This record gives sequence, structure tokens and C-alpha cells, in this order.
Amino acid sequence: MDTNAKLSQARSTALRCLFHIAMVALLLALSTVHAAEDQAASAVPDTIQQRVASCAACHGAHGEGSPQSGFFPRLAGKPEGYLARQLKDFQDGLRKYGPMEYTVRHLSPQYMQEIATYFAQQQVPYSRSPVPRISAETLQRGESLALKGDAARQIPACVSCHGTQLTGVQPNIPGLVGLPYDYLSSQLGSWRTKTRATVAPDCMALVANRLSDSDISAVSAWLASHELPSDLHAQPAGSITPPLPCGVLGATGDGA
Amino acid sequence: MKTLRRLLLLLFVVALLLAAWLMLRSGSAPVSRQASRIDAATLKDPALIAKGEYLALVGDCVACHTAQGGARFAGGRVTATPFGDIPAPNLTPDAKTGLGDWSFEDFWQALHSGKGRHGELLYPAFSYTSYTKVSQDDALAIYAYLQSLPPVQQATGPLGLKFPYNVRSSLNAWRALYFKEGVYQPDSTKSAAWNRGAYLVQGLGHCNECHITRDALGGMRSDQSLSGGQIPVQNWYAPDLSTQANGGLEGWSEQDIVNLLKTGQSNKGTAFGPMADVVARSTQHMDEDDLRAIATYLQSLPARAPAPAPELPFDTKSLVNQGTKVYAQQCAGCHGKDGKGIAGVYPPLDGNSSVNEPTGINAIRVVLLGGFPPVTAGNSRPYSMPPFAQSLSDNEVASVVSYIRQAWSNKAAPLRADDVSKYRHTPVD
Repeated sequence: MDTNAKLSQARSTALRCLFHIAMVALLLALSTVHAAEDQAASAVPDTIQQRVASCAACHGAHGEGSPQSGFFPRLAGKPEGYLARQLKDFQDGLRKYGPMEYTVRHLSPQYMQEIATYFAQQQVPYSRSPVPRISAETLQRGESLALKGDAARQIPACVSCHGTQLTGVQPNIPGLVGLPYDYLSSQLGSWRTKTRATVAPDCMALVANRLSDSDISAVSAWLASHELPSDLHAQPAGSITPPLPCGVLGATGDGA
Repeated sequence: MKTLRRLLLLLFVVALLLAAWLMLRSGSAPVSRQASRIDAATLKDPALIAKGEYLALVGDCVACHTAQGGARFAGGRVTATPFGDIPAPNLTPDAKTGLGDWSFEDFWQALHSGKGRHGELLYPAFSYTSYTKVSQDDALAIYAYLQSLPPVQQATGPLGLKFPYNVRSSLNAWRALYFKEGVYQPDSTKSAAWNRGAYLVQGLGHCNECHITRDALGGMRSDQSLSGGQIPVQNWYAPDLSTQANGGLEGWSEQDIVNLLKTGQSNKGTAFGPMADVVARSTQHMDEDDLRAIATYLQSLPARAPAPAPELPFDTKSLVNQGTKVYAQQCAGCHGKDGKGIAGVYPPLDGNSSVNEPTGINAIRVVLLGGFPPVTAGNSRPYSMPPFAQSLSDNEVASVVSYIRQAWSNKAAPLRADDVSKYRHTPVD
């Protein structure tokens, strides 16, 4: 064998050797990638946020809702008693919305409470939603209803229950400012069509039924366009005395 | 004279009709509580009541006999059937609207023979086709338990059946075809556990009321027991419970079956839809021994001859390609690229009987609805699945479901967008 042949053999051995090393390295690299993937896969975060993926699909991971469409309501920062009550009302069929009734049907009271607490604790900035063009006169009617009510028709002011800044009252009364017009007006409507109800005496159903169609537009528009107060947290518990008996606030009887 | 003859003829016809009605009507007088062979003291026996409470859980009586948000056992939930709506009656011991005046004999006649207190034939929405297998001792315990409940006055709503189904005597024909009265007879060649499992599955558990394909009259063929079927009106598919591959319980261990019934989750799949109701209200409360017995029985059900491979009615290549992409974006994060899921958290889709069931309804609905597995003592804070109804089109859902049904070891037929649009509404009850 001549030198050239020897050299070429040595070169090819070296090449083979290098090739093997490269392959082993590649396999090792791949297997670590795979292991990393496996690890990522098996490490599902043990958090309530991870558990409520079902809620987040529509309401957002932090309960921000869909402020642009007004269709999926914001949950973030709403009082936790209020949120837990809504889950229970969907479960009992007092609030009617198929996807929600389906989703919550097996949840235990403890789990519903945990979910409510999670969303109540979320701090998400409020964003403004479009408000339909509405006359100054109507807006004024809305403001009057919200701040003073209409004694002649036994309509209490929104502020008498929902807080002086309309940011809600702990732990059971939701805020009304910062919510989209479409959401507010559809909720008032659904109280009248009995697709939204709660435990008796259902004070909000009484109020909604005393409002005229134009009142609903007016108060929803005023609330949705009202400038947001600097502090959007709900008022402390016990800071209001409701003018009507409300089942959600512990009153009993049928409220009639 | 003519008038008299006419009158007599009329009388004759009326008498004939009356006689025919008397002969045909299957009436019988109720047995009063005083005349019952069961004395009041027996019914107060706490051990008997406790046994009855357990058996009422096994039978999931509360599922139909409680309205959404209503008092337990006070009736009111309406079962929708292809023949009309049937409200479940009040089982609490209210004298006016419930079982307060019912003797055990009356109760037994309903459970065992499918007849009401006055001998009227009951509609088989009340699953006496299964309950007839329940022993008299067990029936007595259930009766004692129901009589121990606080009475709730709540009248049952009217039947919503249309002609001819509202004619009760039409049930004579139905019963002749589909109802075989008789308590479960043990098979001496099988183990005690097997017999206990068979008794629970075929009787009180009434599994076959959903897990079978019903014919046009709502009847069930005995040779098709537990072979799976689409639940009428509810439109979920209750999978084959035999050891069938691709859609049955092939590969399920005894522990997998016990886990699913106990916790709502197993290594082979998770309970959802109507089965989540069953787990939440009934099976999670069952004794370990009874759950093992059920598993023993189900694992003995032989696989049926495999169904012929479905003929593909359309070119599915582009659909499945699209589904592959949707899967990677929306599903793989939890269910894995390999469709194996994450043990104890997210169910596998590979080999999942609800993915492989013949209709594809289950996979479509789960993709659309998402939701939580049942909350049970063994899984009190379950991880949930997002709904996709609001974010995926019919075509995207069809594509991803078609992909899942053909990926890995799955061998089920692909679906079209039309199949998805049919199930867009939410089944609440």
C-alpha cells in the first residue's frame, strides 16, 4: 500500500469517526430537546389560572372580557360574592345562557368560590367601549336615573346600591362604570325577559321592570360614557343601605 | 218504535264499548299503606334507610327526579324524547303530589313492572326496562329511603306527548316488543363480583338506557346491549362498553374503569357531557367493591366483530391537512403532539373511545363546548378545556376533529362542516 492510499484510508477513518461523533452529539441534542419538551409537558402549572382555561377562552386570562364587543363580560375586579353568586345562578338555571350553564353544571360551591376569588383579585385596566350616538336630553335622563332615580315610578337611583362612585360594594354588588353599553342594556333587558334572575326577593328584577325601554337606553349610555373615577375598587362592605329588600344581600321573602 | 230501536242500538254500542274499555284497561286498585305487608316500623329502620340512600345514589334517581335548581327528588326535570316531553314525578313523601300515599306494593309495581299505582302503564322514559332486575330487598330499601325524605309539595307537570304516544294503552304493544319483566338471575358459572357487576350495570345503574342504539320506537334489542348508541334528542354518543377496539373499552384496565367512575378521570379518557352528570351525582359515591365489580363485568363483555372501515365519501386530504395545523395551534399544547395527553390532567385523544365513536358527535361537542370534568372528591379542582365555538369555524372544527379521528392509532371516519353546524347549540338539559 502506498502513502497516498494510507493517507486516504486514515482520512476516511477520521471522517467516519467524526461522523459518528456528530451523529451521537446530534442524537444527544435531540434527546435533550425531547426531554425538555417532556418536562414542559408534564409540568402543567398547578395554578387556578391554568385550571380555568375554560373561562379564559371568552372572558380573557385575567377576566378582561371583550370590551370592544361587550358580549363577554369583564370579570376582573368584580366583588367575589357577586361572581360566585352568578356561577350559582347559572347552575340553578336562574340565569339563562347555555354555554355558561353547561360549563358550571358540576362545579362544587368551593370550586366556584375559588374561581370567583381568582377573577375578583385580577387588576386589569378598564378600557372604554363605543357608545351609540345619543341625544343630550337622553343622556341627561340617564344621569338623572343613575344619580337620583325616579321617585314617581319608584325607581331607586343606581348609586343607592351600586356605590356613590358606581364602582360596586363589597362583597355582593357589582360596579356599573367602565362596562360596555351593549352589556349593560342587554342585562337590564334580560331581567325583564327573565333570562337573568337571582334569589328572591329579586330587587334588580323589580327595578328593571320599572324602567321603560328608553330609560334602559338612557341609563346604559350614561353609565358607559361616564368618566371613570380614579379608584375603581368596590366600596367597603356595609357602606350602603339598600332601598329595597334584596335576596342577594340576605333579605328573605318575595319582596312584594 | 223507530226511536226506541235506535235508542236500544245506541245502548248496545255504548255497552259494547264500555265492556271493551273495561277489558282493555289494565287498571288495578292501589294498595293502601295500612294494608301493606311492610309495617311502618320497618320503614324507620336506619340501616334500611342508609342502604336505600346508597342504592338511590347508584340508581342516580336524583338526576331525573330533580329540576335544575330545584328540591332534590321533588321531580320536575323534563326528559325530552323523540315522542314528546316527559316530566319526572315527585318522589318525596308528600301525600298530594309525591309518594306519600304509596305503599311498598305500589312502588314495587312501578319499579318492577312499569305500572303506576292504578295499574296504568308507565312510559319507559322511567327506565323500568332496567329496574325490573332490581331485587325486592333493594327496592324496599330505596322505598324506605324515599319515604324518609322531607315531603316537598310540588305537582308534576303535564305530559308533553302527542298522539298516538299519549294513549297509554299503546304501551302494551311496546312492552310486548321490548320489555321483559324479571329480577336479575345470577349466573352460577361466574364469580360473585361478576354477578354483582352485572346486577348493577343491567339493573339500578341502567347503563343500557344510554349505551345502546334505540330503534324508531325507542326500543332496545337485547342482543345489542351496551354496544353504544346516540342518546336521542340529547345527541351525545354513549360509547360501546364492551372490549371493542376503536370506540370500546379495549385496553382499559380494571383500574382505569374504576378511576373514571370514581374520579371522572382515567388514563384512557375523561367523563364529560351526560356521563359527567352520572359520575358527579352517582358513581363517585359508589363503594370501591361495587366499582370493581362493574369493571369486572364490563371487561368480560366480548368485543364485537369490527365494523367495516368507513368508506370515505369525499376527498379528505386537504381537510386533514388543515386539521393538522389547527391541532398544532390549539390542541397539542395540552393533549400533546402524540395525542397522549398528560396523565391525571389532560386526557389522551389517541385510543379515546369518545374520539373514535362512530358519529363524531362527542369530539365535535367537546371541541365546541370545552368545559370542566366532573368535580369529585378524587378531583375536586379539575383542569378545564377552553370552548372553541366562539373562535373556530364549522370547517375548522370539522378539520381538527377529522384529523384527531385518524391520527395515531385512531381509525374513525372524518367529518364535514355540515356535521358540526348541527351541534352548534348547547345541550343544557
